[in-house]
Amino acid sequence: MSVPRDVAGAQVAQGTTAQRLNEDLMVLNMGPQHPSTHGVLRLLMTLDGETVVDLEPIMGYLHTGIEKNAEYRTWQQGVTFVTRMDYLAPFFNELAYCLSVERLLGIEAPPRAQAIRVLVCELNRIASHLVWLATTGLELGAISVMLYGFRERERILDIFEMITGLRMNHSYIRVGGLAMDLPDGAEGSIAAFAKGLPKAINEYESLLSGNPIWVERNRGVGILDAGTALRLGITGPLLRAAGVAHDLRTSSPLYTGYRFEVPVRTEADCYARYEIRLEEMRQSLAIVEQVMDGLTAGPVMVEDPKVAWPAHLETGPDGIGNSESYVRHIMEESMEALINHFKIVTQGFKVPAGEVYTAIESPRGELGYYVVSDGGVRPYRVRVRDPSFCNLLALPDMTRGRLVADVVAAVASVDPVMGGVDR
Amino acid sequence: MKPEELLEHIRTRHEDALLARGEVTVTVARDDLLDTLAWLRDEPALAFGAVADVSCTDWPGRDPRIWMAYHMHSMEHGHRIRVKTGLSEDDLTVPTITPMFPAAVWQEREVFDFFGVRFDGHPDLKRILMPDDWEGHPLRKDHPLGGVPTMYHGASVPPPDQRGL
Repeated sequence: MSVPRDVAGAQVAQGTTAQRLNEDLMVLNMGPQHPSTHGVLRLLMTLDGETVVDLEPIMGYLHTGIEKNAEYRTWQQGVTFVTRMDYLAPFFNELAYCLSVERLLGIEAPPRAQAIRVLVCELNRIASHLVWLATTGLELGAISVMLYGFRERERILDIFEMITGLRMNHSYIRVGGLAMDLPDGAEGSIAAFAKGLPKAINEYESLLSGNPIWVERNRGVGILDAGTALRLGITGPLLRAAGVAHDLRTSSPLYTGYRFEVPVRTEADCYARYEIRLEEMRQSLAIVEQVMDGLTAGPVMVEDPKVAWPAHLETGPDGIGNSESYVRHIMEESMEALINHFKIVTQGFKVPAGEVYTAIESPRGELGYYVVSDGGVRPYRVRVRDPSFCNLLALPDMTRGRLVADVVAAVASVDPVMGGVDR
Repeated sequence: MKPEELLEHIRTRHEDALLARGEVTVTVARDDLLDTLAWLRDEPALAFGAVADVSCTDWPGRDPRIWMAYHMHSMEHGHRIRVKTGLSEDDLTVPTITPMFPAAVWQEREVFDFFGVRFDGHPDLKRILMPDDWEGHPLRKDHPLGGVPTMYHGASVPPPDQRGL
């Protein structure tokens, strides 16, 4: 068979064992249905015995046309679509989308809404890193870590369910603010969780850091140096593990006033990424506590009735429902309020023509939304720059010349979420 | 660099650069795309060394029909710029930027997959998210949402506006 070439067309893997023996290299599919491929990632590997000569990620198995769908719904409905992309970081998708639409509209969410956005996003970052830790543990044979990781994540999902009504795909962050304020008891639950998490993180550390098998599987594996990472446009923990202190939160106005550190390592291997994610959980927790301390009362949605979602939700006797007083207001008291409600819910609002690109730091790196409006009630285009998609590009460089077993560790350390990759 | 300063600097080479909503946009001719990106990258005060996103929008019935948008990012200075170039319907090709910015290799494939834009000189231009044997480019505006037979069973789901909901 022909010698494989890399992205730039250069020949790779000259003089492999197989070539010397005049044997063929083996082409092997890993995935799309494979427990270590985080869903449906397919890796087309060219192998020389156990050594990876070349590797090509193949994706698209989870493509659901979310960008296309968003063009057929109102601006506010778009939130329910984008939250389903990177399903481990739904709040980040909602946030980046809503920030984009708000910038097109020229409005800003009220301070309390912004603080709660940071709060849920940082809790979400912890939850996402916990899933990373759990699944990576499972893939590398540390099954108890899988159980522990999901145990803590479950507590965060309980908090999310309490706040938004859903464990995932929340549609909680809306254009102009939030769907609803924090319910009674949410602050207490978050405080209780925040109190227990440091102990849990220490527990993971005592299980894994220095554990000979964990070190053996991760140290020096999946190396991606800073130069290659920058060349390939890699962002997030992968880049920070290579010594580049790049985190979009440091320059984001949303995070002004919160103190946190950006953990950086220089080893550029899977182990460094593990250390960074653990430290990022601690930093996120610090931000959560600062948000809780500084939370002031106020509205969570803009006042403008031409944008604000009109429905007022309230927990009724059955645990769900609309606010009774609001329903009475539109049904019995004010014809104008009913017309406005009907118009906003069925038709939505118009967004001035224009285009914006908004990037935020998701748990996996730069999540960018390029949103274009033609002045109508629907998005003209919602393009998502998903960090999982972009970071997978590093996989061939991380695995060439290594063993097949290291591919599993390398894929895990990229932390790809196929819902985000395939969109 | 603040957007206003950035705009001023860009205007030394591109007089028609725009600043809107805090973002600088520069529109260039297709033949000038690579030179512009090289200038943005090599000018020390700009240092747009990273391509964050390559995408496009489709405007059927207009000329140019497809507007390519390259979102450049300078990690050094923390500023961003959008470079746009228009492509006519009868010639949807644009020079690839992959040799300059390898990060664009998959994003250009995605634009090809969804919009049918051909990238001249791209090392591996093939579909990336749609099946290899898919016909058409689904994110184009004239491509319907749904209404295509499901590939496995021959069943078909009509577009939402024809479902009579």
